[in-house]
Amino acid sequence: MSTETTTAPAPTAAATKPATVTILAALNKALTDAFAEDDKLLALGEDLADPEEGGIVGVTKGLSTRFGDDRVRSTPIAEQAIIGAAIGASLIGYKPVAEIMLMNFTTVAMDMIVNHAAKLRFMSGGQTSVPIVIRTMTGLGYGSGGQHCDYLEAWFAHTPGIKVVAPSTPDDAYGLLRSAIEDPDPVLFIENLPTYRTQVAGALPAADFRVPLGKAAVQREGTDVTVISYARLAGEARAAAEIAAAAGVSAEVVDLRTIAPWDRETVLASARKTGRVLIVHEAVKQFGVGAEIAAVIQEELFGQLKAPVRRLGGAYSAVPYSKPLEAAYAPDRARIAEAITALAG
Amino acid sequence: MAAHNRFEPDDQTLLDIYRRVALLHANDERARKVIRSGQIAMVYYSYRGQEIIPAALSAVLRDDDYICTIYRGIHDMLAKGFPLDLLWAELAGRTTGSCKGKGGPMHLTYPPKGIMVTTGVVGSSMPIANGLAWGAQVAKTDQVAVATFGDGASNIGAFHEALNLAAVWKLPVIFLCQNNQFAEHTTYAKGTSALRIADRAHGYNIPGVRVDGNDPVAMYAAANEAVARARAGDGPTLIEAVTFRFMGHVFGDADGYIPKDMKAAAMADDPVPKFRARLLADGIATEAQLAEIEAEIEARIDAAVAFALASPLPQPDDLRHDVFAEEILA
Repeated sequence: MSTETTTAPAPTAAATKPATVTILAALNKALTDAFAEDDKLLALGEDLADPEEGGIVGVTKGLSTRFGDDRVRSTPIAEQAIIGAAIGASLIGYKPVAEIMLMNFTTVAMDMIVNHAAKLRFMSGGQTSVPIVIRTMTGLGYGSGGQHCDYLEAWFAHTPGIKVVAPSTPDDAYGLLRSAIEDPDPVLFIENLPTYRTQVAGALPAADFRVPLGKAAVQREGTDVTVISYARLAGEARAAAEIAAAAGVSAEVVDLRTIAPWDRETVLASARKTGRVLIVHEAVKQFGVGAEIAAVIQEELFGQLKAPVRRLGGAYSAVPYSKPLEAAYAPDRARIAEAITALAG
Repeated sequence: MAAHNRFEPDDQTLLDIYRRVALLHANDERARKVIRSGQIAMVYYSYRGQEIIPAALSAVLRDDDYICTIYRGIHDMLAKGFPLDLLWAELAGRTTGSCKGKGGPMHLTYPPKGIMVTTGVVGSSMPIANGLAWGAQVAKTDQVAVATFGDGASNIGAFHEALNLAAVWKLPVIFLCQNNQFAEHTTYAKGTSALRIADRAHGYNIPGVRVDGNDPVAMYAAANEAVARARAGDGPTLIEAVTFRFMGHVFGDADGYIPKDMKAAAMADDPVPKFRARLLADGIATEAQLAEIEAEIEARIDAAVAFALASPLPQPDDLRHDVFAEEILA
């Protein structure tokens, strides 16, 4: 179990360095534990096996050596072939974990994901199912520009038949990936590239630790404003809540963790309590996940809200290269704190 | 006729192929008749003229071999053993259909006979067939997977990604192109750069075979050899089976884009009566035997259509089931 270093007290000079953990290590352990428990698990993707260094970030390091080349395979750079092979194997009892290196490259495999993985259970009247996990990473911060760091979760959340998950802590990364692998339906599992190696106080979860899909986490309790987020910006929202607290505003932070299906119960309970809601995501604001959540909140709680639901999201442009533009593109803790304070005022 | 080789069918197998051909032929005739009668409204892609290909293939395959087929694929499925009543009930959109009326003619599925996916998207059968073959490879069974598709699908990216991966992983998969010479309304020559689709196999370092898809002996031999190669662990094969589509792209299509003399010549060479005549001429079956087979098929189709039309229609609440394993809350 872990807590964030941002909120942990600074260690004294005399104290020993606390144990830390990363999302990267949590994901690697989740895969390793899952493969050890179930020989129906397969993995495939570009550079995934150990001769190719276990993935370009190393999430799958060690899997092919331990579990063999039959089950863990590097593939050609061919996203339709990757997802197609995962779908086919899943139809006959395997549980493939496919990696699409970067979320933008899911666009190359959209037919396989949207027309096939998401729909085969329904179109077959429940005779077949596609219990695959598609792991993919994304997120701005490395100056990689317009085709390597988009958050496209709204496209998939708009597709019935596929679940969408985006953890923001090592515990959630472990527990959600284990649950995603065990889920009987396809799950898109979104990893944030810039925070893979962020050190967080704590230890790796035990092999029986799970975080259920579809359950949000209230990561900080508050009374004035509810901030709803997920992925990297959930961390920024937690930091922003501390800034707002210093200005006398009490913010509750809800990390959705699962985007589809999202946890209406937890979100509506918090919104009912505070009466003021801010939704924050790195994806483009227009037509984003925040629009759906805002719509449901006003449908359910119209008379109980103290202010209109507010949203912060990525700019209506491609993700830019130059640092000042990149900084202006997505909300950060300062902008979120400002929005919290404005909403409370 | 090609010189006899060890992959060719014996007389008993030829008769087995004809049983399947007669079923496919009769079922297509009936489907168009039922649509015209107004009893069932559906989008229907007739396979008339292409019956020999899946009939010969299926005589090679086992029930536990897998196929992924496409919107023009009812012939592939019937040949592989799709139950007639479940087929017709699905075409009629009934709860008793194989897919409870949720899939329809373009998404028929029947796993007990290895009929795993029917796709309405050109080219998409191939990447998924690779996964079925991967599963068989990991399990070390000698099952094979077959992806069927048309000539137009060899121009889409999925074809190339799938053949490359199958070759690199040496998968037990057969890519069966039913070259009916038209991609929707566009002629082969106008849309396809390769002189022969089979030639595209060379680019992936796998065997590519072009065969007369309307010749049951040649078609069976090509399928048999490819399946034997896959079962032995020697990897994929691309088969190009040349044929012709008699009824245009989709039911109601006036097929003005097909040159009249081309269509007339193809229909004059209809592979179904030609095969029937060959069985009689070669003494493999008698007229009475074939007539009995055909009459029995008509009766089975009668029963299946009646079953379908007497079956209940789904209810709106059914939309909340089969999206996920768990029910969608109202």
